[in-house]
Amino acid sequence: MTNKKKWLALPYFVWMVGFTLIPLVLIAVYGLTERGSGAFTFSNVLSIFQEEHLRALILSLVLSVICTLVCLLIAYPVALILRRAKVKKSGFVIFIFILPMWMNFLLRTYAWLNLLDDGGLIFTALKALGFQGNIIGTNGAVLLGMVYNYLPFMILPLYNSLTAIDDQVLNAARDLGANERKVLTRVIFPLSFPGVVSGITMVFVPSLTTFVVSDLLGGRKILLIGNIIESEFSIASNRHVGAGLSLVLMIFILISMAILNHYDKTGEANAI
Amino acid sequence: MKKTIAVLLASVMALMIFAGCGKQKENVLRVYNWGEYIDEGLVEEFEEETGIRVIYDEFTTNEEMYPRIEADPSLYDVVCPSDYMVEKMMKNGLLQKVDLSKLKNKDNIGAQYYAALSDFVDPGNQYMVPYTWGTVGILYNTTLVDDPVNSWSILWDEKYAGSILMQDSVRDAFLVAEKLLGYSANTTDPSELAACSELLHKQYPLVKGYVIDEVRDKMIAGDTALAVIYSGEYMYCKEENPDLAYVIPDEGSNMWYDGWVITKGARNVDAAYQWLDFLLRADIAARNFEYITYPTPNLASYEYIDEELLNDPAIFPGEDVLKRCEVFKYLGEEAEDLYYEQWKKVK
Repeated sequence: MTNKKKWLALPYFVWMVGFTLIPLVLIAVYGLTERGSGAFTFSNVLSIFQEEHLRALILSLVLSVICTLVCLLIAYPVALILRRAKVKKSGFVIFIFILPMWMNFLLRTYAWLNLLDDGGLIFTALKALGFQGNIIGTNGAVLLGMVYNYLPFMILPLYNSLTAIDDQVLNAARDLGANERKVLTRVIFPLSFPGVVSGITMVFVPSLTTFVVSDLLGGRKILLIGNIIESEFSIASNRHVGAGLSLVLMIFILISMAILNHYDKTGEANAI
Repeated sequence: MKKTIAVLLASVMALMIFAGCGKQKENVLRVYNWGEYIDEGLVEEFEEETGIRVIYDEFTTNEEMYPRIEADPSLYDVVCPSDYMVEKMMKNGLLQKVDLSKLKNKDNIGAQYYAALSDFVDPGNQYMVPYTWGTVGILYNTTLVDDPVNSWSILWDEKYAGSILMQDSVRDAFLVAEKLLGYSANTTDPSELAACSELLHKQYPLVKGYVIDEVRDKMIAGDTALAVIYSGEYMYCKEENPDLAYVIPDEGSNMWYDGWVITKGARNVDAAYQWLDFLLRADIAARNFEYITYPTPNLASYEYIDEELLNDPAIFPGEDVLKRCEVFKYLGEEAEDLYYEQWKKVK
């Protein structure tokens, strides 16, 4: 690389330092210091073991694992079908899947709120069919919101890794006597594994950290760890505990990133 | 290459300086108010009358507003917090004194309101100009509730499971439990607060949701039986859904005041005074009341207001009811943390 080309990376470098590195350092500083005195402490980080924090973290983990699995179960067959479909057709279907992402995430979640809330279209329809109770304010509603919002993040890497598989490889497997099921389990799935892993990470991480979905669709009854952190900053104006809990969350994110890096040698996730 | 960057930097800096100049020359007032808490037509009218451009932003809870002003007391010129929050801002040096004598419409506000504020939060009325006041009570749907509503305890009635809305604000939620258990709304006793938290946690499975502004839409939709609400929301809800009624429970409640304050770092104090005086005008206060439906302490405006509304005890309750109501005081950082710790255990 010549000296001149290095300069081209300057905007990105400034961006990264200003908006990634410095904030990270700030979070670490706040997270590891005491409110008021500013003395070094681990108590903010360890406050994750407080009953209500731990409960929120576990609920977040459970919901985001379920959300990831549901996304995978929906997305994999879709991606398989798209792989087999003719190029033109699959382009259109992918377009349909990406289309909602052109709309603001918050607006889409508000739309769900309006559909599921009292007087909403879905709620009224269900009530007419004899359904009793509430939809908003349940774990199910939060889960629905997560799956809806993060599904495209699962489909795209799966589609990418599946379309990268050469048809000749599959033909070879069939020639060697593998039936369709074996082709799927022994050839297609292992080859698409990097896509699976990156899809899992890209759904798991945002659903673990979300607070907007649970705030809107959970009727503020459902507290995820994201909500706890958010209210530490806003209601309690206690940046230190908020930052400390963010550090804990970051550990979970780093673990999933490490798993991703381990499996994803092709850089699939970076393609999105 | 270096030259290019130097030129770029220089031009950016020059731009910033010009931008700065521009801001200073223009007569701008930065207002920070609750969501849907003013007749927006009045903002325009103020702009036309005074030639001051208004930058108008909104917040949803006192607790959301506070850290922003704390981080930068010059972010806004005038803010409209509630009583206890005014006291907190005052004590933490985020406000400057308001010289009431500079406000020619100040006497439109009833003397009793100045007195109450002076007693509870702002001794000598040095910081806060009253804007609205009201109570906290229960809004209920008469088609869904057949029991008499006169106690907070109905919010613990299993019959209404999944049909109860609570406020998602620490002090307001605790108020309900405090009054039911016979404590002061300003208690800082850890064991009392723990008892409140336990009571509210018991209520959690019955609660449909913890709401802020959306409480109106949900009650109007008509599928919810009971909600804890500010009296100011009642009139609007009742107009949209005549089945709704409002009650201040017998155990007592909170009486609150919202008012305008000028921040310590206000950049346009003159405009801030003009804003305060404008809102104090009787005709303006009456129009604003009709729009936001929160009771106004502006007695002079009553002559413009429908008598039927003035006689509605849900909006303007009598002295006997108000006697049972307490004003929130600022309880200090330690007590605040205690409330918040206990609040987290509720959900």
